[in-house]
Order: sequence, then structure tokens, then C-alpha cells
Amino acid sequence: MGNLSNVPLSYYLVLSGILFACGVLGFLIKRNIITVFMSIELMLNGVNLSFVAFAAHWHHLSGQIFVFFVMVVAAAEAAVGLAIIIAVYRTRETLNVDQVNLLKL
Amino acid sequence: MTPNPYLWLIPVLPLAGAAINGFFGRHSSKKAITTIALVFPGVAFLLALIIALRFSSAQAPYYYDLAHWIRSGNFHADFSFYLDQLSLVMLLVVTGVGFLIHIYSVGYMWDDDGYYRFMCYLNLFMFFMLTLVLAKNYLLMFIGWEGVGLASYLLIGFWFVKDSAASAGKKAFIVNRIGDFGFLIALFLMIKHFGSLDFTRVFEQAATHPTETAGAGLLTSIGLLLMVGAAGKSAQIPLYVWLPDAMEGPTPVSALIHAATMVTAGVYMVARSHMIFERAPSAMTVVAIIGTLTALFAATIGIAQTDIKKVLAYSTVSQLGYMFMACGVGAFSAGIFHLMTHAFFKGLLFLAAGSVIHGIGGEQDMRKMGGLRTYMPWTFATMGIATLAISGIPPLAGFWSKDEILWRAFGVNWVYWLIGVVTAFITSFYMFRLMYLTFGGEYRGGPAVHDVKHQSADAHAMHDKAAHGGHGHGEPHESPWVMLGPLVVLAVLSLIGGFVGLGNRFEHFLAAVFQSPAHEAVNEAAEHSLEYMLMGVSISVAFLGWIVAYFLYSRRPELPARIAQSLGGLYRAVSNKYYVDELYAILFVQPVVEGSSAILWKGVDQGVIDATVNNTADIARHTSDNLRHMQSGNLRSYAGWVAAGGAVVIAYMIWMGVR
Repeated sequence: MGNLSNVPLSYYLVLSGILFACGVLGFLIKRNIITVFMSIELMLNGVNLSFVAFAAHWHHLSGQIFVFFVMVVAAAEAAVGLAIIIAVYRTRETLNVDQVNLLKL
Repeated sequence: MTPNPYLWLIPVLPLAGAAINGFFGRHSSKKAITTIALVFPGVAFLLALIIALRFSSAQAPYYYDLAHWIRSGNFHADFSFYLDQLSLVMLLVVTGVGFLIHIYSVGYMWDDDGYYRFMCYLNLFMFFMLTLVLAKNYLLMFIGWEGVGLASYLLIGFWFVKDSAASAGKKAFIVNRIGDFGFLIALFLMIKHFGSLDFTRVFEQAATHPTETAGAGLLTSIGLLLMVGAAGKSAQIPLYVWLPDAMEGPTPVSALIHAATMVTAGVYMVARSHMIFERAPSAMTVVAIIGTLTALFAATIGIAQTDIKKVLAYSTVSQLGYMFMACGVGAFSAGIFHLMTHAFFKGLLFLAAGSVIHGIGGEQDMRKMGGLRTYMPWTFATMGIATLAISGIPPLAGFWSKDEILWRAFGVNWVYWLIGVVTAFITSFYMFRLMYLTFGGEYRGGPAVHDVKHQSADAHAMHDKAAHGGHGHGEPHESPWVMLGPLVVLAVLSLIGGFVGLGNRFEHFLAAVFQSPAHEAVNEAAEHSLEYMLMGVSISVAFLGWIVAYFLYSRRPELPARIAQSLGGLYRAVSNKYYVDELYAILFVQPVVEGSSAILWKGVDQGVIDATVNNTADIARHTSDNLRHMQSGNLRSYAGWVAAGGAVVIAYMIWMGVR
């Protein structure tokens, strides 16, 4: 593994930012609900990356622990979210979010 | 020792009667209502009599504390009653005359649909009036003061379906508010400077003040403000306008409230506050001038009225003026004496007038009466006695009290006396005019006339129609004994009531209250001849008034119309009550009405209050109408908002970080 610690912190943060931005972009522009869902995961993981980068940089374990929490929550969210998506698909037979717009006044 | 530990029962009993009839009267029989309405004030009258018998001047005043009421720091105002010679006189007048009028009302109002309501209000009035005269502090007195105003309002507007009755009630209430305003300010001044409203404490402190001979000090201000209140309640210039209109009420009400008791409350209040007035000579002068002017002014209006009750109403205003004249010249006991005799004969006059109105089916216009002497002899006899009494013909009640006032007024300033004598002449004239028009000559009304007038005259006609089975009225008839009984009792009182004043006994009885016998005994012998001379003058003007009235209305009944014609504008001014109501309408009513509608209604209410509420609602509605579109249900637009929000937060943080 060598010297991972030689890689500057900023590299990780930039990568994390890029991942997060990709997630936001996907979330905003994709119509397929599955893709939107995956974009959320991408954002979460982008954040996770910055957590672990800081943890390694400051030799502090709390960042790592946060990542575990986030992963657990993400897993739970994935389970619930996918269940909802399946339910939506069964009733409306579409995965296009623009057509799932009944939640309004 | 107290003459009766149950003094508090006297006001409370009528209240209980009012409550029972008020709550249950609608569904009870008239007999039950009558029993309740008569027994409670009757027992109160009996208690008052017992108290009077056991009253001992040596031990007066008596105090009775019923309950604590307001206690704040050093300020105390309790439900406590005060009985001295003055309140004893008032107590007897109010319960006695009041009870008689209750009996009379049974006959007069029997067929009215609102019988229970009427009796309930009468009892309620008794409660408040007795509270007023028995109160030991000004605040409790004020409760009674306002309460009689309320009862007066309710009873004037008793036939509230009649527009004129409803507005007369309102007029009485509103004009009284003006007076009450003055009264209240006087109370505030007392609290501020004396720290108390209790009679004994206020008078103790007022006694330490020096007499305010020059300028207006505290006592003068209090006195004048009290007089404002008294002018409202007792119908003096400039606030007398409500009393003639108050004749819209049933006649027993006019007798009880607007002649015998309530309107004299102002006199009682001024007499009660004599300690303040005596130390404020300029306030006294104002009281005397107002009283004197009112006496003359109202008497002249009384000449030209054609409505029998209106004549009596202006006569009441005029007689109240005498009482204030008495108070103003320091003859408080003479004022109270006249108050008492006036309660007898004016109560009697109103009741007799009610009997006349009852007997001819609701007609109040004297031009349509006449010749009733033969139809209703008892009413004629009793009313005749009352007329003699009010005109000051000896030895009836009015002579003694009026003469006492005139004599005392002469001692202060002969101008008061002169105006008083002129007024006495006018009084005698218009009273005998009333008698000749009503009872003399031939009956000028007819059954046909009566039916036309049914609706417009005293709404008493409504009841009368029922009494006569709706068959029209026919001949005038005498009233039943339940109505004549009180007339006879009051006639006896009017005959002999004045004798309590013989040898200044009445004055001596009240001397303990007014503490003013000092300037009496001066030069008695020399003054007596003068007194007899003045007495002679007032007796002769009384007879002169009678003779003139006899000549004009019995011997040459065509003359008055010609005189009226030749007087032209003057007569029109008098018969239109000097256009005072019109003047007030222009000066006060119209500005208030127009100001209210232009500024308060359209300006403040619609322009500010309504506009604020409406605009707030409009803004909220429009904003939310626009914001509503944010909630499109489109998931990606929500996400866009979240992202935009995040971007704004980040931008803000960066910007802050840069700074």
C-alpha cells in the first residue's frame, strides 16, 4: 500500500466534491427513479470519502465511525426506497419521476 | 344600639322581588306576580316604618356594614349602609310613595302584556333607589345612581315597540351619562385628594379645608362636578331635556321615577355633600342660579303644553329647580322638605293624570278632555288637592316647603326670591289651567276621537282596549279602587304633609345632619314680620295664578287662543319649548352623528381598522397564492429547490469566510 498518506488531503476532497456534484447533477436531471436513487447513494458516498479523508488526516477515528453510520443508514434507506419504488411501479407502471407528481395541492 | 339590624334587608327585598318576577314572571299567574311585586316592597316599607319609630336622633348616624367590597391599600369601599335623619326621610319617601305607586300600577298595568316585566323593573328600581339613599360611601351611592338610571331607561322604553318610547329611553340614558361623567370625575378627585369615598372620611377632611372664597379650589371643583351629575339626574339646565321625553313611559313610572324619587336623587346628593358645598361658595352660587333659572324656564314652558303629562313633566323640572335653589342658598333642609312634599303632590298629580288617561282611553291631549269632574269625582278631588298643594295655597304641603325656600332665598339675595315668586305665579297658573282644561267645562273628546287616537296616544291605550273588550271606549269612567286608593293616601299626605315643617320642626330634625342652626336665631322678632310679608306675597301670587287661570280657561275659554295669536313668535317659541331640543340637535347631536359617520365610521372604522384586517388577509392570500405554485408535486423541482437552498447556504458561508 505504501504511502497513501503522501497523497495530499485536497485530492481526496476534490474527488469527494466531484462525486457529490455528480450525485446532485444526476438527482436533478435524471427522470428514472432508480437513477435518482443511485445519485443519492453517490452523494452519500462522496460525503463518506471526505469523512474518511479527514479521519486519516487528523488521525481521528470519529470520522470513520460516521462513515459506518452513514453506510448503515444508506443500506436501510436502500431497502425502504427500493420497496417504495417497486410499489410505485406496480401501481403506476412507470419509473418516470415527472409522472409521479400527485403529492401537491 | 341600632333601630333595626336588618336595615340591609330594605334594599335587598325589592331586589329579591325583581329577581323572582324577572326569572319566573313570564310563566306565573298575574296574581302570583302581583303578590311578589307588592309584598317585597311592602315589607321593605314596614321595615322602614319600624326603623323610623325606633330612630333616635341622639344616636344617629347609624352604620351597618354588610360586606367587604373593594379594599386596595388604604382605599376602602364596602357594602355598608348609613342611616341618619336625611337618609331616614329619603327612606320613608322612597318606600312609602314607591309602595303606593306599586299598588296603583297593579290597576294601571294589569292588562298589559308586559305586566310581569313592568313589576320586575319597578322592584329593581326600588332596590337601586334604596341603595342610593342608604349608601355610606359615594361609590355605593354611584351604584344606586347608575342603577336607577338603568331602571329609568328600561321603564321609559317599556313600550319599546313604539319608536318614540325607545328613543326617549335612549335620550334619558345618554343625557344622564353626561351628568354621570361629572359625578365620576368628582369621585376621582375625592379619591385623589381625600383618599376615600366614605362619607364620614370625606366630610371630615373637607371640614378641615378653609372656605374657598376666592377662585376655584379643590372643593369648588368637586362641588361643581357633583352639580353636573345632579343636573343630569335631576333634570336641571342644561341637561333637563330628557325628562319631558321620559313621559313616553307608562304613567306610574312618571310618577315614581320621574317625579317622586329618582329625579330628586340629585338634590339628595347635593344635600348629602353639603359639607363640600358649604366650603365652596361659588359652587353654591352656581347651584342656586341653575336652580332658579330652571324653575322659571321650565315653568314658562309648562304654560303652553297641551299634553297633560308634559305639563306635569315641566312642572317637575321647575319644582326640582326650587329644590336646587334651596340647596344653593344653603337651606338644605328646606330643599329636602320640598323634596318630600313634592314627592307627595307630584306623585299624586301623575297618578291622577294616569287615572284620567286611563278613564278616557289613552288620550293625553288636554284639548280633548274637559268636564271630567262629573265622570271621575275621586280623581278630580285628589288632583284638586294636589294642585292646591303645588300652587302653594295654605295650609297644604307645598305651601310650607315652597315658602320656606323662598324665605331662605330672600335672605341670600332678593333676586332669587323674586324669580321664585314669579315662578310660583306661573306654577299656580299652569296647574289651574290643567285643572280647568281637564275637569272643567264640557267633555270635548268622544268615542270616535278616542278610537282614532288609540295608536298614537300613550300606548296605555293598548291595555285599555283589552280592558274594555275592544268595544271602543264610550263614556269616560272612574278608575278602579286599586288605583284610587293610592290617590287618596297621597292626597291626605299632600294635605297634611306640610305640617311636619311647622315651627321649623323638620329643619330641627335635619339640623344634626346639616349642622347649620347658627345663622337661624338672628333677630327673630324683626325677621318674623318680614317673613309674614313675604308669605303674604307668595300666597297672593298663588291665588292670582288661580284667578287668571279661572278667567282664561273657565270664564272666557276663547281668550287663550287669541292671546296666543297676538303673541305670535313668543308663543310659538314657548310651545316649542324654546327650540332647545332643536338647538341641542344642531349643536351637539348632529356634530356627533356626522362626525361619527364621517370620521369614526368611514374614517377610522372602515379606513383604518377594517382596512388593516382586510389588507392583512389580502396580502396573506396573494402571497400564498403565488407561493402555492412551488408545490408542483414534481420531485425534480423539489430537488432543485433543495439544491438551490444548499447553494445559497454555501455561498453565504463562503462570503462570510471571505470577510
